[in-house]
Amino acid sequence: MSAAGIAPSPPTIPSAAGAGPVAASRVPGTLDQAIRLSRYQLRDYLRSRRFVLMVSIVVAIGALLTFVLSHFHGAGLTGSTDAFYGSLWAGGAPAVIVFAGIIFGGDAIAGEFQNKTGYFLMGLPIRRTSVYLGKYVAAFVASTICLLLYLAILVGNGVFYLGVGSANGALVVSLAITLLYLAALLGAVFLFSSMFKNSLYAVLVVAVLFLFGFTIIQDLVVGLVHIEPWFLITYAQSVISYPFGSIPAHIQQGPFGAVSYNPTYAEGLAIILGYAGLTALGGLALFEREEFT
Amino acid sequence: MAPSLEARALTRRFGSFVAVDNLNLNVRGSKCVGFLGPNGAGKTTTLKMFTDLIFPTSGEAFINGVSVQRERKEALSSCGTLIESPEIYPSLTPREALDMVGGLRGLPTDEIRARTRTVLDEVKMTEWADRKVGRFSKGMKQRINIAASLLSDPEVVLLDEPSTGLDPRGMAEVRSIIKDLKKGHRLILMSSHILSEVVDVCDEVALVNHGKLLFYDTLANVNARLGTGATSVDIGFTRPVSDGELATQVATLPGVSGVSRVDGKRATAMIAGGPEVQSQILARLAASELGLVSFQASRSALEEIYLKEISQGDS
Ligand SMILES: Nc1ncnc2c1ncn2[C@@H]1O[C@H](COP(=O)(O)OP(=O)(O)OP(=O)(O)O)[C@@H](O)[C@H]1O
Ligand SMILES: [Mg+2]
Repeated sequence: MSAAGIAPSPPTIPSAAGAGPVAASRVPGTLDQAIRLSRYQLRDYLRSRRFVLMVSIVVAIGALLTFVLSHFHGAGLTGSTDAFYGSLWAGGAPAVIVFAGIIFGGDAIAGEFQNKTGYFLMGLPIRRTSVYLGKYVAAFVASTICLLLYLAILVGNGVFYLGVGSANGALVVSLAITLLYLAALLGAVFLFSSMFKNSLYAVLVVAVLFLFGFTIIQDLVVGLVHIEPWFLITYAQSVISYPFGSIPAHIQQGPFGAVSYNPTYAEGLAIILGYAGLTALGGLALFEREEFT
Repeated sequence: MAPSLEARALTRRFGSFVAVDNLNLNVRGSKCVGFLGPNGAGKTTTLKMFTDLIFPTSGEAFINGVSVQRERKEALSSCGTLIESPEIYPSLTPREALDMVGGLRGLPTDEIRARTRTVLDEVKMTEWADRKVGRFSKGMKQRINIAASLLSDPEVVLLDEPSTGLDPRGMAEVRSIIKDLKKGHRLILMSSHILSEVVDVCDEVALVNHGKLLFYDTLANVNARLGTGATSVDIGFTRPVSDGELATQVATLPGVSGVSRVDGKRATAMIAGGPEVQSQILARLAASELGLVSFQASRSALEEIYLKEISQGDS
């Protein structure tokens, strides 16, 4: 391909290793690119003010929790390992990941349009799918770091009150389910984020839905229509507590003929997995058709 | 194989508005092509279809013979792009951003390091290599964008108004970067509103208006085409000249079809005729006692053709 015979002087930009233009075969595969991208995206997250904010929230909650436990630990919480993690982990972890999901995922895709960072990435030989996945992985890792920070604070307290044996297999299983739930939640967050090209709308919709929207829909569906809300991601959230022993009855008959539902173990896991898979597919399909106008 | 860019019946509608209208353009070989047209002509829209940022309503775009629409990754692998001043993740440094670009393009680590040094040096941003991009000025960001588009030493380069936001020295640097690029077997398509920049660096020009290609030709041909038309020339004198002097000593010269005063020491003459006629007029004026200090075409050939073609299309 040398043009040396024509060009009066050699190129002043030294051709990279004399190899000339990059061969297409050198461009990494879809997943490889996604992982490479996620590393830089994660770096951007970890240096951002929002990460500092998220860590501060978790540390503040952790400090409050530690303080309350040290003063009022007679309340049964520190009586058994299952009670301790069943309420503090199963109750707190979903809140942590909802906040993390909103903070890291809410504008992940919308921001690419609004902040014009997408124009930088999409000019490269990379599939839209890699960009979507790379951002998803980065948001997942950043949220997981916050989640693990919360876990560390809890385990510290747990070991102090209940001994080293308290961090047992049930906690590991619950952590695994929580991470699955995070994957599903981020999937939904990313799906909403790619529906909007405006970061603010994306964050607002996601925050409203996950902070109270889904819960209200769930109450309405159960209270008025009397059907099991198996199609809501928040309904499956309670399986995070199931590894700690007490699995409530699937259908509970309340006073005055009121009925409430709890997912079975298998059903809860299926909802979470279903959400993770379907939202990922939906979001990817949407993003593949998205234009940077 | 020579680098190439091809638009085949490229069309893009936004609702009922046709932004790019059946554009056919086939550019091949090592050169720089200026992509011109008034605001809203469809330049950016065309370049976005060449980079798969947006999709054509119909038609197809090819880079080095590879369809952008069907194989974005392969098509863009040999292409560096800079469309509409993009933003880099604000907490990354230029070095990290270029690392990312190199990694995503599959360049080996040592090559990324070497190329990063080269391109940062070219855009004069070496001393900023490890500062966060988020705090950079518009022009500094644009320099990093240019560096990023050149990192992989691509065969084809698509630039949408690359000197946007750059200071005069930055613009001169971009011109010299592009001239250097041309020496190394590369095809550059560059949109621009700065005709002097285009005259300086480009070998060919494509002019679009209302989404349609008006012409695509070499700059040499553009200059030749103008040889027959009327040229307007700015003339400057050392001393104030009277209307009488203008009428008797300038307007009467062969080839001059009209003279109008700009101010005391300056006038504009319309000259019908090519370079030879202009040269004779210049010689006669220099020999006169009017005190000639400058004699300069008020518009370049490209500018004349540009304005003529655009106004024809609009009327
Ligand atoms: N997303 C969009 N929706 C509707 N119309 C659009 C959209 N993008 C571009 N257009 C229209 O398409 C036309 C071409 O726009 P384009 O940005 O390609 O022009 P341009 O030649 O790059 O102009 P400029 O020199 O100002 O950059 C304009 O009339 C513009 O309003
Ligand atoms: Mg434009």
